[in-house]
Amino acid sequence: MTRCLLLSMHEWKQQHAPRVPKVDRVHLEVGSFTCVEPDQLVVTWSDAVKGTWLDGSELVIESVPLVGRCIRCQATYSPDAADGFRSPCCQHPMEEIVSGRELRIRSVAYGFETASPPPTASCPTVAC
Amino acid sequence: MHMPLEDSLGLNLLAANQHRADHNRAHFDAWNVLCLNVMSSPGAGKTSLLERSLAALSSRWAMAVLEGDMTTLLDAERLEAVGIPVVPITTGRACHLDAAMVGGGLKLLQQRLDPAELDLLWVENVGNLVCPAEFAIGEHRKVALLSVTEGDDKPLKYPVMFREADCVLITKVDLLPHLPVDVERIETHIRQVNPHTAVFRLSATSGVGFDAWHDWLAAQLTSVQTTPALIHA
Ligand SMILES: Nc1nc2c(ncn2[C@@H]2O[C@H](COP(=O)(O)OP(=O)(O)O)[C@@H](O)[C@H]2O)c(=O)[nH]1
Ligand SMILES: [Mg+2]
Ligand SMILES: [Zn+2]
Ligand SMILES: [Zn+2]
Ligand SMILES: [Zn+2]
Repeated sequence: MTRCLLLSMHEWKQQHAPRVPKVDRVHLEVGSFTCVEPDQLVVTWSDAVKGTWLDGSELVIESVPLVGRCIRCQATYSPDAADGFRSPCCQHPMEEIVSGRELRIRSVAYGFETASPPPTASCPTVAC
Repeated sequence: MHMPLEDSLGLNLLAANQHRADHNRAHFDAWNVLCLNVMSSPGAGKTSLLERSLAALSSRWAMAVLEGDMTTLLDAERLEAVGIPVVPITTGRACHLDAAMVGGGLKLLQQRLDPAELDLLWVENVGNLVCPAEFAIGEHRKVALLSVTEGDDKPLKYPVMFREADCVLITKVDLLPHLPVDVERIETHIRQVNPHTAVFRLSATSGVGFDAWHDWLAAQLTSVQTTPALIHA
């Protein structure tokens, strides 16, 4: 996962080429219904970026809770493994997931060491 | 000091992998090949499934295997014995296959045959119920296996895998008479996290359930092969 995040950051860096941004913070949104363990990712990140262009950058992770919607009564609820992810209102299986699947780089805080002016346009969002 | 800037990206963490997966997918579609991503914990029966399905289907469809879970060289031999080309994927002991590794496997496959002549490409993923679920490889369908020996709580403990699966195969059902496990509960738990997935109960030892599973495969193949492919630039 760290490797893939680094690759995605590398793709972002290319948008600023030939300048190399100095990254202060990478802000992630990580859903709790994903295979990513936020604490573990922070640890492997700080190891992985040592000596690279991302050295010194901080990974900030915001957890996004799992929220489901009961398709029988439309109520939202917090699915829980202990209840088999069923809706408490109707005991319906987890059909619709409203949030919790996020694996998003929300923003990157960065700058340029040189006195050159900031880029005129912000980075285009890469369509995935 | 530098002037603080901030880019709002809203970019998927796995974007780089997704781009490579899209690239693989474009090739599969141009070749008109159905690609299956076969996932499970170690020992749940992926290779045994392939062995039996390849033997049963080889007269019907042209197939190949990308093998990402080579525990021993015997695994490849078991499959090659059926007369199906098997290309090992180098994972560097990774805990999952990513799209770039599968892309590397496709290059090797192309040295052996023209993939456009294939109907079905099987990818046996690394034995792991966690991260393979998140890494797209360009597959058309995700197939998750769960053996009855693993207990009925696995779908709730590893819900992402079973949520993502287009098809769940409950394997080794021949062992049910010897186990204190309720296969109905296994299936109920699968459907609690993924109400609409296809579920089949199989035994690679006895062959039970394979006809229904192969019918499902045939339906997937038809739906993929009749969808016009985007021309890959
Ligand atoms: N009883 C029984 N054993 C099976 C079945 N399928 C696989 N096995 C055994 O389970 C072990 C692991 O199988 P394998 O196909 O290598 O699992 P993989 O690691 O997921 O590829 C082997 O010893 C197989 O003989 C089955 O349907 N019934
Ligand atoms: Mg295997
Ligand atoms: Zn309800
Ligand atoms: Zn290409
Ligand atoms: Zn992994």
